[in-house]
Amino acid sequence: MSSASPSLSRQDVAKVALLSRLALSERELDHLTGELSKIVGFVSQLADVDTSAVEPLAHPLDSQNVFRDDVVTPSLTRESVLRSAPRHDGESFLVPAVLGETGAA
Amino acid sequence: MPSDPLQLSAVEIVAAVRSGDLTATACTEAFLDRIARTNGTLNAFLCVDREGALARASDVDARRRAGRPLGPLAGLPVGVKDALCTADLPTTCASKMLAGYRPPYDAEVVARLRRADAVIVGKTNMDEFAMGGSNENSAFGPVANPWDTSRAPGGSSGGSAACVAADMAPVAIGSDTGGSIRQPAGLCGITGLKPTYGRVSRRGLVAFASSLDQIGPMARSAADCALTLEAIAGHDPGDSTSLTDAVPDYSRMLDKPLTGLRIGRVPEHFAAGLDPEVARGVEEAFAVFRELGATVHDVRLPHAHHGIPTYYLIAPCEASSNLARYDGAHYGHRAEPGGGHRAEPGKGHRAADGRDADATAAFESPLVEMYCRSRAEGFGPEVKRRIMLGTYALSAGYYDAYYAKALRVRRLIRQDYLDAFESVDLIGGPVSATAAFPLGEKTGDPLAMYLVDMYTVTANLAGVGGISFPCGFTAGGLPIGFQLQAPALAESLLLNATDRFQSLTDWHRRRPPLAV
Repeated sequence: MSSASPSLSRQDVAKVALLSRLALSERELDHLTGELSKIVGFVSQLADVDTSAVEPLAHPLDSQNVFRDDVVTPSLTRESVLRSAPRHDGESFLVPAVLGETGAA
Repeated sequence: MPSDPLQLSAVEIVAAVRSGDLTATACTEAFLDRIARTNGTLNAFLCVDREGALARASDVDARRRAGRPLGPLAGLPVGVKDALCTADLPTTCASKMLAGYRPPYDAEVVARLRRADAVIVGKTNMDEFAMGGSNENSAFGPVANPWDTSRAPGGSSGGSAACVAADMAPVAIGSDTGGSIRQPAGLCGITGLKPTYGRVSRRGLVAFASSLDQIGPMARSAADCALTLEAIAGHDPGDSTSLTDAVPDYSRMLDKPLTGLRIGRVPEHFAAGLDPEVARGVEEAFAVFRELGATVHDVRLPHAHHGIPTYYLIAPCEASSNLARYDGAHYGHRAEPGGGHRAEPGKGHRAADGRDADATAAFESPLVEMYCRSRAEGFGPEVKRRIMLGTYALSAGYYDAYYAKALRVRRLIRQDYLDAFESVDLIGGPVSATAAFPLGEKTGDPLAMYLVDMYTVTANLAGVGGISFPCGFTAGGLPIGFQLQAPALAESLLLNATDRFQSLTDWHRRRPPLAV
């Protein structure tokens, strides 16, 4: 990270929007380009902290893997889960076609 | 026993219900009536479960009359932040994305509250997906601060804080990712505890930033927080990050004298930016602790001033990953083809501002288009901002410079705490730089809003516990909050010190002059 404040272009932000799976309007894109540049500029001050001898800390606990016995336990019923789905056929979640065909399920 | 349940503490309510001096039904009705009278002004509750609460209360009363055992919170009305899953009530996280969503299971904390025979009266308002410091990011309208309804209650647990401050419930459950229990507790003049990371199970808490999120109690006093924490803390096999350490009897350790207790004071907390009235209140609180037999020592947290930039990288990175689950397929809002302009039942400015020309021309498939449009319609501006920020910081070429860098600074911040707790038992200071700010004051400037967490985020980054409680009032009549932070798993000390403070002061007994 350079200590010079990075700036995001409108094109950068459009790319991040696609990676984020967010359809943005032109106006949102304009706003976010300014806002994100400002925020990224702000967080970039961390570049000035010397961390050359410091390991990343991803988690506050010095956690170790937690094991459990591999036994079958009750789980949610299909019905209770599908109840919340925007579209389903009683067995599966329905989504628009992924391959080849067009049109939504 | 006073006849008005609204004036009783949680400890008094459960004792009165147990002894038969008060029925759970009468108590629940009193709080439900209070909610009915005040919620139009405050918007603290997103949903009120009058019928369910009264059925629950009546069950408690019947069991008491039959001489059957009652749980430790029997008959206690509790408000639950809408970030916790409830199988019998909608769980929206104050987002259009989850409007009307009914989870298939109860959060572990909700299940524990029910097993303890608490009476859940409703779900409290919050910033959308717990992202915010003012409750103004709720898709269902902001909460008003009961002390001055033109001001924000803080956030993200703003509804939980306001509901306790306004006597709509004696206890509420909040969650704290960067200060979301402590800051609103401070701005609303109540007591709020963020336990050590892992002390309380997060299963069924809608995830925001999983390495920072923690659930805790919000109430009028340390004693009421202690009672509640005993019921909700403890290991849960359903959350492998929940700690296996035994849960102490917090309530029994409240009156231990503070003689010899060493409290750290961080000189940097009093630098420019701290409101002079808040500074005065905080210094007076240190004086009270001295009077209680504690000693106050200057300590350094040399990396604490990097807390905000560190937090605003780590939390959005984790959020961008956690919120990827909202895909319009499994649950939550789904955009229908050609329905980009058909806004959800949701109304208001947020739905409107995303509906102009579409900037994303081509999608690689109808499925991706459905994802992108569902998320664009369902999420509000702050949630989008944080998802974008996190996605950017995690993307190829930036991961090391931003996310990994922030994780390194996080270790330095945690080390500061470990070093400081070598020489002091607790660290005291302000919760926030100012008392409650006017609604709308910071909504146009995301960065200004981020800075409201400056005294609270470091505890989350380090995983330690913190408590906030009222230590005075401004000349304008707004509460001033004091924060104590402790080493990991020292909740009993936080509650003990706060209870002793509250035995000598009456700030926590003041009630807002709320006209309803």
